[in-house]
Amino acid sequence: MSDPFTPSGLDPLAAARMVASLGHNGALGSRIVALGDDWAELALDYREDLIGDEETGVLASGPIIALMDMATSIAVWIKRGVFRPQATLDLRIDYLRAATPGHTVIGRGECYRLTRRIAFVRGQAHDGDPADPIANVVATFMMTDEA
Amino acid sequence: MGCAPKLPPYGRFLGISVETTDAGPLFCMPFTPTVVGRPQFLHGGAIAGLLEIAAVGTVMAALAEEPGASVKPINVTVDFMRGGRERGTFAAAVISRLGNRIANVEAFAWQEDRVKPIASARMNLMVRRNG
Repeated sequence: MSDPFTPSGLDPLAAARMVASLGHNGALGSRIVALGDDWAELALDYREDLIGDEETGVLASGPIIALMDMATSIAVWIKRGVFRPQATLDLRIDYLRAATPGHTVIGRGECYRLTRRIAFVRGQAHDGDPADPIANVVATFMMTDEA
Repeated sequence: MGCAPKLPPYGRFLGISVETTDAGPLFCMPFTPTVVGRPQFLHGGAIAGLLEIAAVGTVMAALAEEPGASVKPINVTVDFMRGGRERGTFAAAVISRLGNRIANVEAFAWQEDRVKPIASARMNLMVRRNG
């Protein structure tokens, strides 16, 4: 298995697929469903072990943050055209409404501004109808390879 | 703040445990393959999940004497200050204001040294009280 992390500068899609399969992302089971020039869409299937409120069966908010962190990360690598290691600097999420129990959550992340050291991203998550989003995200990433 | 809050399934997924201290609940997340991000580092999503569990759990502990009270997240802003390394992570939250309808909470996560947080979160919650 090739290592997309060293050296940096490898194919962003290969790196994104690798990252999506590892560790926390792999444990959540999120998967890439669509890609553009500066955006990525990921899907997270409903699972009982990710419930945040046992009475309602509503998904916890943490997995949605992880999904949006991943979708916006991939958007940065695609826009840059190469994989470079990065860390989330800050992330704000507004929970517009509770996700419907049983529904797959789709998270779309977009990189709208890229500088040498910082990437500015935004995104929305929905559970079937993009016009009726469940969450809105704004975040920044910093490159960690000091290039 | 005597009783430890009950964790949801997602809290168990992350492997989080809670203990009660004089200063309120203390949340602990062990380093496991489930919480890894880039190699040798914690995933930001897992850190954010721990911070949210700490914020919600601390408010629920404060509402323990009100049966039927519940909270819903409105938003959260997370600052990542240091990379989380391959060791256990702790989190605790401070309630800035617990009102009739809204709770404002700040949560902090740290590893070896509490005064060197790896991340913090500011969270607004909607509070539902019975009667």
